[in-house]
Amino acid sequence: MRGNFSTITKMVSAGVVAAGLLMSVQARAADDTIKVGILHSLSGTMAISETTLKDAMLMLIEEQNAKGGLLGKKLEAVVVDPASNWPLFAEKARELISKDKVAAVFGCWTSVSRKSVLPVFSELNNILFYPVQYEGEESERNVFYTGAAPNQQAIPAVDYLMSEDGGSVKRWVLEGTDYVYPRTTNKILEAYLKAKGVAAEDIMVNYTPFGFSDWQTEVSAIKKFGSAGKKTAVVSTVNGDANVPFYKELGNQGIKAEDIPVMAFSVGEEELAGLDTAPLVGHLAAWNYFESVDTPENKKFIADWRKFIKNDKRTTNDPMEAHYIGFNMWVKAVEKAGTTDQDKVIDAMIGVSVPNLTGGYSTMMPNHHITKPVLIGEIQADGQFETVSQTPGLVMGDEWSDYLPDSKDLISDWRAPLSCGNFNVATGKCGGKGTN
Amino acid sequence: MILLRALGLMLLFLLATLLPASAAEADLRAIIAKFATAANFSATEAVVRELAATGDPLVERPLAALAEGSLYIRKADSLVFVGKEGGDSVELLDPLSGEKSGEAAKTDITKIKVNNTLRRVIRDALGTLTLGAKDPAVRIAAAATMFKTPDAANIEPLDAAIAAETDANVKALFEQARAASVLVSDRPEADKLAAIALIGARGDRDALSLLTSVAANSQGAVKDAATAAIGNINSTLAFWDAGQNIWYGISLGSVLLLAAIGLAITFGVMGVINMAHGEMVMLGAYTTFVVQEVIRNSFPGLFDWSLVIALPLAFLVAAFVGLIIERGVIRFLYGRPLETLLATWGVSLILQQAVRTIFGPTNQEVGNPSWMSGSFDVGQLAITWNRLWILVFSLCVFALLLYVMKRTPWGLQMRAVTANRRMAASMGIKTPWVDALTFALGSGIAGIAGVALSQIDNVSPNLGRGYIIDSFMVVVFGGVGNLWGTLVGAFSLGILNKFLEPYAGAVLGKIVVLVLIILFIQKRPRGLFALKGRAVEA
Repeated sequence: MRGNFSTITKMVSAGVVAAGLLMSVQARAADDTIKVGILHSLSGTMAISETTLKDAMLMLIEEQNAKGGLLGKKLEAVVVDPASNWPLFAEKARELISKDKVAAVFGCWTSVSRKSVLPVFSELNNILFYPVQYEGEESERNVFYTGAAPNQQAIPAVDYLMSEDGGSVKRWVLEGTDYVYPRTTNKILEAYLKAKGVAAEDIMVNYTPFGFSDWQTEVSAIKKFGSAGKKTAVVSTVNGDANVPFYKELGNQGIKAEDIPVMAFSVGEEELAGLDTAPLVGHLAAWNYFESVDTPENKKFIADWRKFIKNDKRTTNDPMEAHYIGFNMWVKAVEKAGTTDQDKVIDAMIGVSVPNLTGGYSTMMPNHHITKPVLIGEIQADGQFETVSQTPGLVMGDEWSDYLPDSKDLISDWRAPLSCGNFNVATGKCGGKGTN
Repeated sequence: MILLRALGLMLLFLLATLLPASAAEADLRAIIAKFATAANFSATEAVVRELAATGDPLVERPLAALAEGSLYIRKADSLVFVGKEGGDSVELLDPLSGEKSGEAAKTDITKIKVNNTLRRVIRDALGTLTLGAKDPAVRIAAAATMFKTPDAANIEPLDAAIAAETDANVKALFEQARAASVLVSDRPEADKLAAIALIGARGDRDALSLLTSVAANSQGAVKDAATAAIGNINSTLAFWDAGQNIWYGISLGSVLLLAAIGLAITFGVMGVINMAHGEMVMLGAYTTFVVQEVIRNSFPGLFDWSLVIALPLAFLVAAFVGLIIERGVIRFLYGRPLETLLATWGVSLILQQAVRTIFGPTNQEVGNPSWMSGSFDVGQLAITWNRLWILVFSLCVFALLLYVMKRTPWGLQMRAVTANRRMAASMGIKTPWVDALTFALGSGIAGIAGVALSQIDNVSPNLGRGYIIDSFMVVVFGGVGNLWGTLVGAFSLGILNKFLEPYAGAVLGKIVVLVLIILFIQKRPRGLFALKGRAVEA
């Protein structure tokens, strides 16, 4: 026992020395590198989605360094693990900004994690790039939203289903996981559908808990709702792990996409990787990017990704593209400002335009949201999506939904002299809903 | 002379049959070639309709291929082929004859895109074309499609098909499809009323859907008859809905039983608060994944047996890990429930992260063997095979466990140690060894539960998390230490949940169940079937 103990002491002291050495190396390195924070969960429930984003960021940083870095300095990634624990997101964000002195942070997935870090970013005046589609109703000076706002995903998706190509749907099931993103999105969609003349009895809204796995009752309720003689579709904001059992049950109960299509907002290539997609062919998803998009930029991105991750079967997805756009925008804004000083970069960001992976350019708008195309894809037997519809032009992210009574008068413009995230055009004042 | 004339006639007849056929084939090829120039979905749809309008059974092959997304255009000469994918290259088949016509690299051909609307058009077209198919299953599918998409133009082909049909079942379906088409045609009212009677007798959701739209779009006697038929169907369906809730409840109960039954041993019999129980289930599911991977890569023919092969392996893997946990951690903590709870919680995190590191954080695909896919109907009740098998399996596991506990010497020792450890020890039973094996047994059972759960849930490192709370709920509700209690607890919680869900929704339903259990435990702290005797005090 004593022998063991002394070994342990030796190991610990060796560790301390090593850590000390590392720290001094880091301290020395700090002068000639620019640090970039990566705030994605590497453990816990969200690790399934967020780990990929961490790897994508590491790849982008490595590529930028191979191109000669930024402002003559190398970029250095600082990775922390907030472990799918929302309060820990705020702590880790504080650590990245105060201790590691990062120039910008790329991170968060769920809306609740974003909400928990917002006060930290405005207090310490740093920059967050948020890469996931979200419910809108927010515009912060310190945050750049590179994922889709509801009008860049949900509304065009519903428009597609209402069109002749999409099957002229008349009856709607809004199926979601019970948290802020599905609830707000469904609120917007309900208002939108009613504005389009859909009767209240033709809309069914249902929520299930996180990680729900027994979908029998819900799927048979959908079947029942769909047998009222009108074309029915499901709009699914079901998130994360609950999707696989949901789709399995749809397949088992024989709900075919030709009869009742399911349009999903949170199902991407990654989620389908755990599924036999043969019974799901024809179900839909709305995103701003699909791995199957056939452009030279995308081909290169996929090839680089597979090489970086050393796995030629790994898929790419929409939030990865959002980080690709966000990172390139930040690089461009820093070059434009000539410094990583946050205030100057935030001002320089607006109007920056970089290529996206779907063959066009995305531009940062004054409301800190970006322009992107909206793609509707059908699930294929090989687990990929095939684009069946694409908006003719780019769609500008609309942070304050025009379909909600609370937010229809609000706009956001972070350019001087307005510099306001929630300007009320009716009253002519900055403030009101969404003031943090 | 007569012979000659007969011969001449025969020749003429042969020519008459042969020539138009080849001419028709040439026509079909000309239409199929238009796929290459169709720029969008509506253009493709027009070509599909043109093909279907020929009424030639030959178009079944290209249309079916198009619906499956395996119709390709060769870039070099804009010819259309049916493609069979194999690795990097695609084998090209002639769209009409199905003969091999060479191979092409994936980059040299483009797939003709289809969307749901197109698939539906193709399905309807194929429905009419396959009415006379040899296989009754194909005819049944055709009848089902035509029932769902009634069209006045369908009546004539259906009349012909009904006249030619010999199978009574298929004939009845054809008649229902015909009735559906009559309802949307301009036939006299009497015909329509007869049609409504026929469809009302069918009494399923499709009939309901059809009658609802008929009731909305008609007047007078037809509307009344349709409304009355809807009322009848709704009352029958209400009865089946109750049956469906019971079945869903039993099915959820079987899942709960599977998840909880291992815990009934480790927590129920041994009294160890094992927070790593869910991770044993997860290990079982990952074992299934590994077994399926090996089978896919090396013995694809055995795929239908993959679950049977995975069962013993999952048991061994989970039992072995359980043994290590018991020997390495839990045995130092007997009688200290709080520390056991924390330690096993820690173990569960370690196991999750280990699996995440080895297999990655994403879901792994575990396929359903053919005998576990799809569903069959009992009346208006759709019963899915995977749920049925899981129910059967959970009952088998329960029976086996009961046998081990009650009828084998090992079970006797287990019960003896639980009832009175010191007495058992003084009778010569190696109590530490029995503890370890009991814990391994509970873990192993959790492992085989994982094999079954891999069929209905995600195989991800978080798999176990979803079941741990439910498992504890079942064991505590049923009565700690009593296997029968676990059985009754699992099924009653399952059924209660499924009866609440349609009214209260999944979220509120779960809350109500939790509140009810808390109230119940207040009233009967030892659960449904309380264990009496010394074990309670131990």
